[in-house]
Amino acid sequence: MNDYLKHLAQEAALGRMGRREFLGRAAALGVTALGANTLLASAAKAAGPQAGGTLRVGLQGGSTTDSMDPALATNQVALSVIRLWGEPLVELAEDGGLDGMVAESFEASADAKTWTFKIRSGITFSNGKAVTAEDVVATMERHSGEDTKSGALGIMRSITKVSADGDNVVFELDSPNADLPYLLTDYHLVIQPNGGKDDPAAAIGTGAYVMKAVDMGVRFVAEKNPNYWGDLGNAETIEYVVINDNTARVAALQAGQVDMIDRVPPRTAKLVDRAPNITVHSTAGPGHYVFIAHCDTDPFANNDVRMALKYGINREELVDKILNGFGSVGNDSPINASYPLFTAAEQRTYDPDKAKFHMKKSGYDGSILLRTSDNSFPGAPDAAALFQQSLAAAGIELEIKREPNDGYWSEVWNKQPFCTSYWGGRPTQDQMFTTAYLSTADWNDTRFNNEQFDQMLIAARGELDNAKRTQMYADMSDMVRNEGGLICPMFNDFVDATSDKVDGWVDGVKGHALMNAYAPLKMWVKA
Amino acid sequence: MHPVLKLLTQRIALSLILLLMISVLIFAGTMILPGDVAQSILGQSATPEALENLRAELGLNDPPVTRYFQWFFGALQGDLGTALTSGQDITSAIGSRLSNTLFLAFWAALIAVPLAIFLGLLSVRYKDRWPDKLISGVTLASISIPEFLIGYVLMYLVAVKLRWFPSVAMINDSMNLWQKLNSIALPVAVLTLVVLAHMMRMTRAAILNVMQSAYIETAELKGLSTFKVIWRHAFPNSIAPIVNVVMLNLAYLVVGVVVIEVVFVYPGMGQYLVDHVSKRDVPVVQACGLIFAAVYIGLNMVADIVSILSNPRLRHPK
Amino acid sequence: MKNIPVSALIGLFFTALYFLGAIFAPLLAPYGMAEVVGDVWEPSSADYLLGTDNIGRDLLSRMIYGGRTTIFIATVATIISFTTGSILGIFAAVAGGWVDQTLSRFVDLIMSIPTLIFALVVLSVTPVTVPMLILVMGLLDSTRVFRLARAVAVDIEVMDFVEAARLRGERTVWIIFREILPNALSPLVAEMGLRFIFMVLFVSTLSFLGLGVQPPEADWGGIVKENKDGIVYGIPAALIPAFAIATLAISVNLVADWVLNRTTSLKGGRG
Repeated sequence: MNDYLKHLAQEAALGRMGRREFLGRAAALGVTALGANTLLASAAKAAGPQAGGTLRVGLQGGSTTDSMDPALATNQVALSVIRLWGEPLVELAEDGGLDGMVAESFEASADAKTWTFKIRSGITFSNGKAVTAEDVVATMERHSGEDTKSGALGIMRSITKVSADGDNVVFELDSPNADLPYLLTDYHLVIQPNGGKDDPAAAIGTGAYVMKAVDMGVRFVAEKNPNYWGDLGNAETIEYVVINDNTARVAALQAGQVDMIDRVPPRTAKLVDRAPNITVHSTAGPGHYVFIAHCDTDPFANNDVRMALKYGINREELVDKILNGFGSVGNDSPINASYPLFTAAEQRTYDPDKAKFHMKKSGYDGSILLRTSDNSFPGAPDAAALFQQSLAAAGIELEIKREPNDGYWSEVWNKQPFCTSYWGGRPTQDQMFTTAYLSTADWNDTRFNNEQFDQMLIAARGELDNAKRTQMYADMSDMVRNEGGLICPMFNDFVDATSDKVDGWVDGVKGHALMNAYAPLKMWVKA
Repeated sequence: MHPVLKLLTQRIALSLILLLMISVLIFAGTMILPGDVAQSILGQSATPEALENLRAELGLNDPPVTRYFQWFFGALQGDLGTALTSGQDITSAIGSRLSNTLFLAFWAALIAVPLAIFLGLLSVRYKDRWPDKLISGVTLASISIPEFLIGYVLMYLVAVKLRWFPSVAMINDSMNLWQKLNSIALPVAVLTLVVLAHMMRMTRAAILNVMQSAYIETAELKGLSTFKVIWRHAFPNSIAPIVNVVMLNLAYLVVGVVVIEVVFVYPGMGQYLVDHVSKRDVPVVQACGLIFAAVYIGLNMVADIVSILSNPRLRHPK
Repeated sequence: MKNIPVSALIGLFFTALYFLGAIFAPLLAPYGMAEVVGDVWEPSSADYLLGTDNIGRDLLSRMIYGGRTTIFIATVATIISFTTGSILGIFAAVAGGWVDQTLSRFVDLIMSIPTLIFALVVLSVTPVTVPMLILVMGLLDSTRVFRLARAVAVDIEVMDFVEAARLRGERTVWIIFREILPNALSPLVAEMGLRFIFMVLFVSTLSFLGLGVQPPEADWGGIVKENKDGIVYGIPAALIPAFAIATLAISVNLVADWVLNRTTSLKGGRG
């Protein structure tokens, strides 16, 4: 019987039998759905990737104003396009480790202040030119120079010097940083010929595909790069279609016009999954939907007001109603289990009595103004309305002001004392804290100012003992949790969906949506 | 000079002045909006240095008056400049967007306008009987349902369930006319439903307004059939309000269809303008704004002239 | 009043029903506007007659309160748009010459600025309050009414009876209100019925830009938007407000048709 089951799984993996039919037959043989799914996944892997065909992807987030210059990339579409034609030095592996891309290997000096990356030998850009260490140096220069406009400037700041040494590129840092390779996985930092200084938007890199048609905010077509060095890329042609409307994106998948989509609206994800031929994949990630209060502005300058708000939010309800279960409860810290050195703290829960107590202790009895807009995160005005209700039960009055989507990130976020916001998270604790919680950070959007925290953050970077480092991050996370202005009710999962015309999905890949935006390259079209 | 010709030249001259004023207004309006293009490009990853560098590169540090005149003299020579955000040439980018928009508007208008007028005539013919009531009810319902909802319902039924037409109205140059028409079938259907009621009801009301006149009675007494009376005698005399409403709706088909473009992923002008307004990309907003303004002014002019031509008393003023 | 046709009666009944519902909203609604009472998108039950919405609020209560916002804003804005637009339009037609030219071109100017830019600029320079909202909507919309009113009035202005009135030495105001307005009324009334619907939809467009009503308040169009995700999976929460808008639209226009009948017969001719 076991052989028969294996045979069935193989048939299903090869696309000769529908997934549902397979699950049905497996159930008839007394196999649980979970077991059957595992069997199917391993059979799919065994059946192996199939080359050729056209893989079509519907993506959210593109705009006609986007640029092909990787320095200016800001959204999922731009990121996905970069993945096609370009590669950084190193990339996050599926398990959260690191894979060498343009760099074959790397090593740190004992104090983690100097890092050496060895460039993969014999690889070429899609224009035929060989990749040299100078190209890498030029790329880093373009993203960190005096006159750069790159989105990666923030993470390039701690690098004092980048130099070429034969096949090696040497990074020198102003202070020790054990996480440097993680910083270099940033998608802005793809290696371009002469760093892209000549033509930043040419889309020439070392990637598995070559761009064939580019229509910003509408459609991108890429074909397999015949000279690609690695084993990424199965389909002959990949087509991205920008579909910003949620319902339209799901409909395009159901109507068979695309094979995979990102950002399935959580509210309807379960209904989408029910449709035949479509599988919804949910991947836990570091992204969080938050309410942020400025710790230096009244009434939020009083920690009791902040604590009252933290006790006055019903996290389970928000995960239930805003994420429809596709996410996990937050604990008022930006760090969750998707970070490498995570330790769980005690879960804070909804407690109207404690909220009332802290509010009374603070001496503040006015109403609190919360600004929100639809684009701060999906369902933000609804989340605000739920927060208003849960605070009302504690006798705290919350006033909601809906701000225009237009200009929200420039006029409200990081300017107004209390608003809804979204953070995509970062690959490491260090990066997350450095970006938003260091007192001198540009995006310290909670105005968190704690000297001890700043010192610990710098110290942790140079700490090479993982146990000590883990403890340090746990302590810092606790500081934010108990004193910060971050009210973090939930971490959202990436919810993607694929049709049964494609195969090769891997669960739990860290980073961005759609398997860290590698799903189009790693999956394949079934013959 | 014939009075209509005189009016035409006068109106065209005035239109140019109007367009000039509109370009100033749109420029000023976009300036008033908070935030600037550098900030929107860099978004959440904007550091002060990167912002400053980008501003200098894009010439945002020049005074607004200088920037306006730079744009103005460029535009006079037919050079609309390049988009600040993506660096694309605006003339060619808008060219393809505009032709897409006009393509969609053309086919929607081709179906909607004759159908609306025909249904209007039909409901006058059968006034207060069931065809009139049915037409009124259906068109009113379709106009009062938000357009995106009609879009979703059609998309679900026609594209997902029946698979007759694609849900994504993506068109590109490699498609032939038939393929293009196939892919815009759904948006055309929605737009038709949205504009039908307005034109149909105005036709009905305007004709009813003249049906009481003495010359209609004369025509009826001559023994003409009811439909002939409506079509030959009543309709020509109620052109003015009808043509005005038709023009309003044509303008809507060109200028106001951004929601439909988003729902059906159609690469038209509306989405292009909205994206660039939100990024404060002034040269693109200027270019789109002027094209839209020219559409309005042009259509309004046509409406006025048709009204004059249709009325003998206006055509030959004493 | 004795010969009201059935269709007009139906129209009047529903229009009155909706307006009364709007006025007595706090008495009729079983729950609060913002009160979360149940689960997401519960089907209709004895407790929640129309089910619950996208975050578990009672849909019936939201509809009743939402109707209040929608009907109030749309009615006032339509009245503003209508009086301003039609009076100025007819005035332009009667006055003619440079007055007509100035007004008409000014209207061209306003109409040709994309509404999105217009709304955003207004939003960034003025506080967003309901009266402001109504004023912006009414004035923007009055440009459309102006064009129609002027077109109709120009046709009438050259009629013999207007000329006779002028020769009698009647004042312009008299000509506008006694000669032209009654004869232009039927297309204008038909237009008013439709303008009302456009206003209802316009409020929700503005909400989307952030210029509309503030949450947890909502208008019907806004409720459609809040619940739109469920629509293709047979969750009726978005259809209910859409249905309400449609019935309101049809009722108001049935009344308009009836008024239209009466105005055409007002002009004499064959009764």
